[in-house]
This record gives sequence, C-alpha cells and structure tokens, in this order.
Amino acid sequence: MIDRVRAFVKEAGVPRLLIAAFVLFLFGMAFVTKMDLGGLVTDSIVRVARNGILVLALLPAIQGGLGLNFGLPIGIICGLIGCVVSLNFGLLGLTGIFAAWGIGVGLAIPAGIGYGWLLNRTRGQEMMVGTYLGFAVVSAMSIFWLLAPFKNPTLVWAIGGKGLRTTLSLTGIFDRVFDKWLQFTVAGVTIPTGVLLVFFGFCFLVWWFFRTKMGITIAAARSNPRFARAAGISDERTRIQASVLTTVLGAIGIVVYSQSYGFVQLYTAPLLMAFPAIACLLIGGASVSKATVTHVIIGTFLFQSILTAALPVTSQVIEGDISETARLIIQNGMILYALTRVGGSAKA
Amino acid sequence: MSATSTTKGRPALELRDVVKEYEGNRVLKGVSLTVEGGEIHALVGENGAGKSTLMNILFGMPVIHETGGYGGDVLLDGAPVRFTAPVQAMAAGIGMVHQEFMLLPGFNVAENIKLNREPTKRNPVSAIFGPGLETLDLPRIRKDARAALDRVGLDIDEWLPVAGLPVGHMQFIEIAREVDKEKLRLLIFDEPTAVLTETEAERLLDSMRAFAKQGVAVLFITHRLDEVRAVADRMTILRDGEVVGRPDPKTTSVIRMAELMVGRPAAARAVRRDASATAETALAIEGLNVRMPGEPVEDVSLTVRRGEILGIGGLAGHGKLGIANGVMGLYPATGRVLLDGEPYALNDARAALRRGLAFVSEDRRGVGLLAEESIELNVALSALEAQGRFLRPFPVPALRPLDGRAMRAHAQEMIRRLDVRTTGPTQLVRRLSGGNQQKVCLARAMTLAPRLMFVSEPTRGIDVGAKERVLEILTSLNQDEGMTLVVTSSELAELRAICDRIAIVYRGRVAAILAPDAPDAEFGLAMAGEVGAA
Repeated sequence: MIDRVRAFVKEAGVPRLLIAAFVLFLFGMAFVTKMDLGGLVTDSIVRVARNGILVLALLPAIQGGLGLNFGLPIGIICGLIGCVVSLNFGLLGLTGIFAAWGIGVGLAIPAGIGYGWLLNRTRGQEMMVGTYLGFAVVSAMSIFWLLAPFKNPTLVWAIGGKGLRTTLSLTGIFDRVFDKWLQFTVAGVTIPTGVLLVFFGFCFLVWWFFRTKMGITIAAARSNPRFARAAGISDERTRIQASVLTTVLGAIGIVVYSQSYGFVQLYTAPLLMAFPAIACLLIGGASVSKATVTHVIIGTFLFQSILTAALPVTSQVIEGDISETARLIIQNGMILYALTRVGGSAKA
Repeated sequence: MSATSTTKGRPALELRDVVKEYEGNRVLKGVSLTVEGGEIHALVGENGAGKSTLMNILFGMPVIHETGGYGGDVLLDGAPVRFTAPVQAMAAGIGMVHQEFMLLPGFNVAENIKLNREPTKRNPVSAIFGPGLETLDLPRIRKDARAALDRVGLDIDEWLPVAGLPVGHMQFIEIAREVDKEKLRLLIFDEPTAVLTETEAERLLDSMRAFAKQGVAVLFITHRLDEVRAVADRMTILRDGEVVGRPDPKTTSVIRMAELMVGRPAAARAVRRDASATAETALAIEGLNVRMPGEPVEDVSLTVRRGEILGIGGLAGHGKLGIANGVMGLYPATGRVLLDGEPYALNDARAALRRGLAFVSEDRRGVGLLAEESIELNVALSALEAQGRFLRPFPVPALRPLDGRAMRAHAQEMIRRLDVRTTGPTQLVRRLSGGNQQKVCLARAMTLAPRLMFVSEPTRGIDVGAKERVLEILTSLNQDEGMTLVVTSSELAELRAICDRIAIVYRGRVAAILAPDAPDAEFGLAMAGEVGAA
C-alpha cells in the first residue's frame, strides 16, 4: 500500500501534487465562503480551452531542443495580423476565423524559419534570445499597428482615423464562435464544447505529429545531437522545423484565444503572453528538455484553475483590492517554482 | 640519481591495495605501488587499464567521492591521507600536469603560474575588509614566475598572454605552475608528451630528470614506452585494473613492455575458419585521412574482404578509432573509398547508412544512444531514419506515422536474441548497465541489416559476462549471417580471439597487418611502430 502511494507520488511528481492540492484548497475556500462554485468551474474550463493551444505551442520547441519558447509572441503577432486583416475585410463567423488562421499561419511559417535560423546561431541561449526577440518584435509591431494602412472605421481610432485601436471588439464578428458551438449547461457549469474540441483536436494533432517520422526525427535530434548526426540527421534543420511549428501554433492559438475572449488585443498585449503559457507547461510536469501533451493538458488545467479561483478567494479573504498584485505573485511564483524543478516529473 | 631507496626515508607516495568500483564494474582491483623521493616512476597501461581512475583518487577528484569512494590506502610520506577535493591534494604537496591544459588563455604567463597563489601586499582597504582586497605584488609575481620558467627551461617572456602560444609552451607553463608551488613533493605527469613535438618532448624529459634530482618524487603516466626507457627508474604496468608487472625499465625491451601492457590472447575460443584468400573486396580504402581530434588518421590504405572480421588495433591516440569514424562520416575525412567496387562518398553519414554500412560507436553515451529514450526507439531509430522502416503508410512521406507494434515486436526479438537484461522494451536506455547498453547499440546496427558493420571498442567499460556475450554475438553475425565486420579495439586479446586479420595502427598509419596467431612480439613491435608497413 505504502509502496503504491510512493509510486503514485513519484509518477505524478511532488510539484504537481502540491499544486493540485492548492487548487482543491482554493475551491474548498470558495465553497466555504459561499461563492458561486458553478461559475468558478465554468470560468476555469473556459480559460483552459482559451489558453490551451498557446501552451501546446511550446511543446514543439521543447521537443526540438529550443527550450521554453519565450519567443512565443512572434507567433502570436502573426496570428494577430491574421485577425486584423480578417476584420478589415469584414469577414464574419467561421469564415473570419479560418481567414485569420490562414493568414496567421502563412506569416508564421517564414517567421518561424527566421526565428529558427537565429536560434541556430545562438545555440545554448535560446530562452534568453527568444525573450528579447519577442520583446523586440512586439515593440516593432506597436509601430506597425499605428502606421498600418487599415481603413475600416471599426478598427482605427475614432479621433484622427489613423492607427489601430488597442483593443478590437469581436462582438458580432467572430466573438465566441467556437465557445458557443454545442455549448450546454449541467449543474450550473457551462461547458464550451466547441472550443474544448478545438483544443483537444490540436492536442491530438501534435501528439500524432510526434509519432511520425518527422516528429521522431525532431525529438531524436534534441535528445542527442551527436547521435542524430551519426544517423545522418541535420539537427539545424530539425530545430528550424521545431521553431516553425511552435510559431505556427502560436498564431493559431491567439486566434482561438481572441475569439473566446471576445477581443483582439494589440500593441503591448502579446509582450508577456509567453509567461503564463510557460508556467502552465512547467506546472504540468514538463522540463526544459522534455514535455508531452499530457503535461500541456494537466498544466493548463492546474494553472488556469488557480488563477480563476485564487483571485476571488483572496479578495474575499483579504479585504481590499489586491487581485492584480496577487495574480502577478501567483503567476510568477509558479514560474519560478516550476523552473526550480527543471527535472520535470519522472514520467509523462 | 640512482633510485636505490634507502631505508631512512619512507616512500614519498605509497598506494596499498587500492580498489575502486563504478556501478559494480571493478576498475581497480587492488593496486599497490610506491614512489620514492627523487625517483621517476612510470605508470603505463592501455586506455581503460585504470590509470586515470588511480590519478583521480590520488588527486581527490570529486568523481571518486560521488561514486562511493575507494578501498585501500594512500600514504604520503608514510602518513595515510584520503583527499576529497583537489585543493587538499595540492596543499599536501601534490602537483599535477594535466593532459589537457588547465590554463586561462586571456591571462598572461605569470598570472597563470601564480593564479590564486599571488603574493600580495597589505593596503588600507584590505586592513578593513580582509585579505581578499590586498594589492597584488606584481614585481614578485614576475620574479617568481621567471624563476619557475627558468627551472623548466622555458625561455619566453613571462608577461606574454597564454592564448596563441604553441601547445608545447603551454605544457611547460603547466609544469612551471606546479613547480612554483612550495613544498612540492610529488609531481604527476599525465601523458604530458602526447601533444608535444619530439624536441619538446625531449626537453620535457630533461626537466623531469631535473625535478627528480631535486628530490621530488615523479609519477609519469604515458603510453610511450621509449620514453619510459629513457627516463624511468622504475615502472608499474597496469592492465584491467591490476598490476601485471614491474619490469626494470633500463633492461626490459620495449617489446616486452608492450606485451605486458596489451596482454596475451585469451584461451583460443572458437577455431576460426580461414578467411579465404580469394575472397572479394568489400571495402577498399585508399589514402584515408581523418581529422578526428585525439585519433587522427594519416594516409591509411586498407582492404576489407567480404565475409571476414578485420581487427584494427594499436595504442590509444594513434588513430585506430579514426578509421571507422571517418568512413562513417562522423569526422571530416579525405581519401578514396570503394564499396563493393563502387565509389563511395565520404563525409555523408546518411549516405553511409543508405549504402548498407552500420556503425557501433566507441562513444556509447555520446554518439551511440538516446539515453532518455526507450530501448525500442533506440533499436529502431537508425532503420527508421535511413530506411523508413517501422512506419505506416501516409500520403506525405515525411509524416508517415510510427508503427508502434512492429517496433515493439522487433525490439522484443532483439532483446531475446542479444539477451538484454531489461524490464521491457519501454525501459529507458539510461537505466541499463553498460553491457546492456552496448547490446542495444549492437541491436540498432543489426536492425539496419548492414552489409558491413564497423564496431568500435565493443567491450569497453562492460563487465566480463557481457563482454563474452558481445563477442559471441559478433562472431555469430559473421559466421552465421556472413556479415563483414571491422572491429576496432584497444584490447588486443579480444581482437586475436575473433578476427581473421588484425591491422595495427601506429601514428595514423597501418604499421602491419598480422594474423591473429602471430607471435606477441610482432604485435608489440607493430604497436611500438618498430616495423615498416607490412
């Protein structure tokens, strides 16, 4: 019996168990303080599906040996351009989403190749380079948003008529198109079926990809570059493939995020988007060098549940509004904690 | 400088029955030796004989401590010591000249010599904040460094930066640093002449003699037997972690020393069938040069006959490992190679696999395995990459999905056939013992169903039982499946047990090709480079 408990703890990993216990504790507190439990669970699920693909986007980078992709904003920007162009043409519903995906992916492929090229020249410092490249690209794009020749009056500033607004509402365009598809409510919990299906669909695709020849090659080159060279694999090439994939998934992920959130956020919004995604993955039990789809799903669920539950609970318990401060402490604290556990869990 | 030890002094260094195990693999099996003050004691042995482990123990390297310490005693001037960190060894008066330079390239010669032992002067700041902030006494640093350089006979300016100096000079700076240490009692040279030219090596031996004259005990680790004859007062030969002889270096021939070093063939195992002299050529190598660091190949010409086991032997550093690595495209190579009479492109690892060659690398952990992956994936991967095996059909070739069932079935068969001790095909390779990891490497190469297989150091670092099994597998591949094998090994005995012919490499060239039952002396001579090419 004790052996089985021990085996379970080892399998699940202490960090994951601690955080799962914390999630349960928060929901317990919510229950005790008589908060709207159904609403909290609904929020958690929506946030899991909303952020899931952005977390999933990190996986090819880790599998390809690029470490945690702090340069995720590069892919996000590609997806945002896709959204804005789609909005500018006034495309509605699924058409709008698919147009945004198409344009975003189209931009993400060359961007990913360039990013991969750069990372091949800065080997060993991928995470640092990714962080700063992400910052630089976001800043450069802030200028682009101001100067871009978009004319659609719903997108540009009302006064002056030049430059995109910081937040574009998707109401009536493709706001929550996926979320609302097959949505149903059980026991006060609303399940956004469509967006969950999209998330799990992409999870399946990524899982499947890493069981194909190309996926296995990418993972093998990460696992031992010298072995790969002996097998005739160019690890520079596999690293570029990984960086393209992570950037493409970032572009797809932000479109899903935006439609679920109901707004497209421009300018500095993508700046810090890599950080929560990375926290999710690490909490899920991934390490800097190994991650699986299971890590993505578990991690996103744990992290997003904490964020949804912690804020109302803390503001309930501690008088006064410190929710934003608390969110930052919790989020960055979890990243830090997870980074100290770089070994990850024993097994996926 | 005669080394007749007087009874008045205890030996500067004494090792008593030193034993060391790495994960159940005994690498030192009770080694004893003594070094007197003022004598040069040579320690020779092949790679893997246990010399570096012995040095690590002497110098208190953390790797020893982390892997469970060692058995037996080390005595300095008669007092038992047990170092757990190199600083302790240094403080006790042991100096070490490393094979790889431990110098800071951006610092000048004097700074390197005095690093962390700089003479300092007190100043007002240090009076308050402690000795860490004392001023460097530059004139004294220069003076001390000069004196140390003079002692080793190196005539260069002490303020030159180390970066850009010839390697020979760097070696002498290393020595000067050790010499500069006060109360130096024991100086260890770890293959110091490996990177030196002949005149430099000569100078080094001279300075070694000079130290001994000053009463320092010198322990000289080397492969070069002629140097042993030239300077050593006594010698100890290690093989497989045991002392196999202490011949008198002044009177013993180099051939005899080489014989002791590489050992005699194990009791002839299987009677080898004769490789038929008319057998066609499988692989013809002409003028092969390989730039493999530490194992350079210079102008090797060699023919591999179909259906034979060709052995490649020779002492470490002479290029025997470079041949297989060069042909397989792992290190830059030039030369002309014909495979089955067709031209063969060098420097293309993928083409090598596609053309039906396979390679079991000597660097098992570095090149041979994906340590963090399962056995089944390790076994299947090369064939999957090079031949598209273990994949299910899919319209896009690059995206053909893995056929997990076929891969598992194949791994299970290999596990059974090679007797891999494992909990199952999904076990991580990292968790296997060395011998079983080697079997996984072999399994991967065999999965390619190659026409010709290179196997380098097949039994390095694995236990005796697994050794036997690996050699049996190789013989059976050759005899039962007719596979052509090129086996490179530091252990002459195992080459002589399984090969049809053995090429001995000396200084990057083939010195001789011998029959496995040729007399020991011929092997000894060839390894010492004392014969012309056969």
